Amino acid sequence: MGMLYACSKTEIVKPQTEEIRFVVPTNFPDAVYKFNGNILTNNGFALGKKLFYDARLSADKSISCGSCHQQFAGFANLDHKVSHGVNNCLGKRNAPVLFNLAWQREFFWDGGAKNLEIVPINAITDVCEMGSDLNTIVTFLNNTAPYPSLFKDAFGSATINSQNLLRALTQFTAAMVSANSKYDKVIRKETVFTTEEQQGYQLFKDKCANCHTEPLFTNLNYINNGLDLNSVDEGRKTITGLATDKGKFRIPTLRNIELSSPYMHDGRFNTLEKVLEHYNTGVQQNENLDVSLSKNSQLGITLSNTQKQQIISFLKTLTDDEFIKNKIFSEN
Amino acid sequence: MNIKNISIALFAVLTIVFTSCKKDETINTAEKGTFTLEFENQVNGTPLLLNTQNYTNANGDSFNISTFKYYVSNIKLTKTDGSVYAIPESYILMDAAKPSSLLNNLKDIPTGDYTKISFTIGVDKERNLAGAQTGALDPALGMFWTWNSGYIFVKFEGTSPQSTATDKSLTFHIGGIVDPNNTIRTYSSDFSTGNPLRIRADKKPQVHFIVNAGSLFKGKQTISFANLNFTMGGANSVIVADNYVNGLFEFEHIHN
Repeated sequence: MGMLYACSKTEIVKPQTEEIRFVVPTNFPDAVYKFNGNILTNNGFALGKKLFYDARLSADKSISCGSCHQQFAGFANLDHKVSHGVNNCLGKRNAPVLFNLAWQREFFWDGGAKNLEIVPINAITDVCEMGSDLNTIVTFLNNTAPYPSLFKDAFGSATINSQNLLRALTQFTAAMVSANSKYDKVIRKETVFTTEEQQGYQLFKDKCANCHTEPLFTNLNYINNGLDLNSVDEGRKTITGLATDKGKFRIPTLRNIELSSPYMHDGRFNTLEKVLEHYNTGVQQNENLDVSLSKNSQLGITLSNTQKQQIISFLKTLTDDEFIKNKIFSEN
Repeated sequence: MNIKNISIALFAVLTIVFTSCKKDETINTAEKGTFTLEFENQVNGTPLLLNTQNYTNANGDSFNISTFKYYVSNIKLTKTDGSVYAIPESYILMDAAKPSSLLNNLKDIPTGDYTKISFTIGVDKERNLAGAQTGALDPALGMFWTWNSGYIFVKFEGTSPQSTATDKSLTFHIGGIVDPNNTIRTYSSDFSTGNPLRIRADKKPQVHFIVNAGSLFKGKQTISFANLNFTMGGANSVIVADNYVNGLFEFEHIHN
């Protein structure tokens, strides 16, 4: 493992010549997405990357996937509460980070998308995101060099269809693995936490890890974390139709959290301090509030200012600079 | 002619008939054949015409139809001996706006006489959860939900003066695979034993079905467009699926 990570440094210098690989980090569970029927290749990955950054796929040719999923923000959308799509249209939810997607079974804040390969269709077709449709894009790609030859290189056929379009995008996004933060290096015993980080880690394990479970820093469940007495966005209920799911949202990973503000499904908090203050004093009682946030008739998670700073110090050890700066994933 | 002679004569006739039949029915089961599934869209007995024709539902509401599309999948044929042949990768999408979609050739069927057909109205759970599909399941065909991923099994759109929706619209997008709102339904029909589906290497029989768009709104629960004019999955889609399960398809005849 250590050897592989050492290798990834040379990949930063010469991405084109390095073979793109998907490796399950030693401290991670088995992946959900296994590239079945969509074998990861350099050509497929490179094509997926080109598509990811091609704004011509949107209705007014202004928005690419990369517009709202910026590498420097962990592929979230820095400083945007909600997605800003074509025709200056604002979406309704905060663009999530993109990495370690191969370990997710469901996607979006409400878990509505149930296979990684079909996730991009929503953003491509949403009138407030890219505002296009698959037929338009497939026609465009079939008529636009060098796409036919790139698809031929990747999939053996120059005839482009939505399946190969989506598979290429998935090769790019599924290969995004962030597992080389300071936290990971500490776990691998390559370095150690500072005292404050260590104190924060202990607090985190006591107070946060029930939901933000290591090593993905999410247990991938949906909970109501008491943001509102009455959630305007019904969240998970939109998918299940269950009243008990109203105001529940997917627990997000905390990896690269330092870089991916603002926070929550609607981006209401722009700093980690505000997020922790929400858990300290801001939790609203509602019928679906998670039991972990109303223990012993006490709302939220009591945190002193010192504890908050210690937790934030720990959260910053989840920043993976190698991933954020890895040219393999950059627009170039 | 006495009884005995009649019996002999009858036996002789039957033998000739039987052997001549048997001769016809010599089937090389290793051979494969093709048949055509034909779907004829109607609304409660009258031909379905998009946009121009007004219809009346069981509740007495007037309506017209702008879109009518539906999936049939996992087609299975049962032989007289009870053995079942599941046609691999049988996913077909019918679209009232594309007449050619209503005639579907199904190839590589083992030869033999089949007396029953069954299929899924919609798409099985596995493909709803699978990765990017192509062919009839291509999400570009407008039968795939992206926000709550999965296939629309039956899509009916139109207008009705009784609809309380904006523009008097009717939007019935039926789908969903999770209980209690699972809308996957199965249809089956026996063929006449006297005229089974005879799959032969050198023949191309045709199985003809009537498809009644009006079945969405009657049966288990008569639908009033004032009360229900929009559904995209969920409990109301279950009401519609429970209606059409017994009335959407009607086996008409086979041309052997």
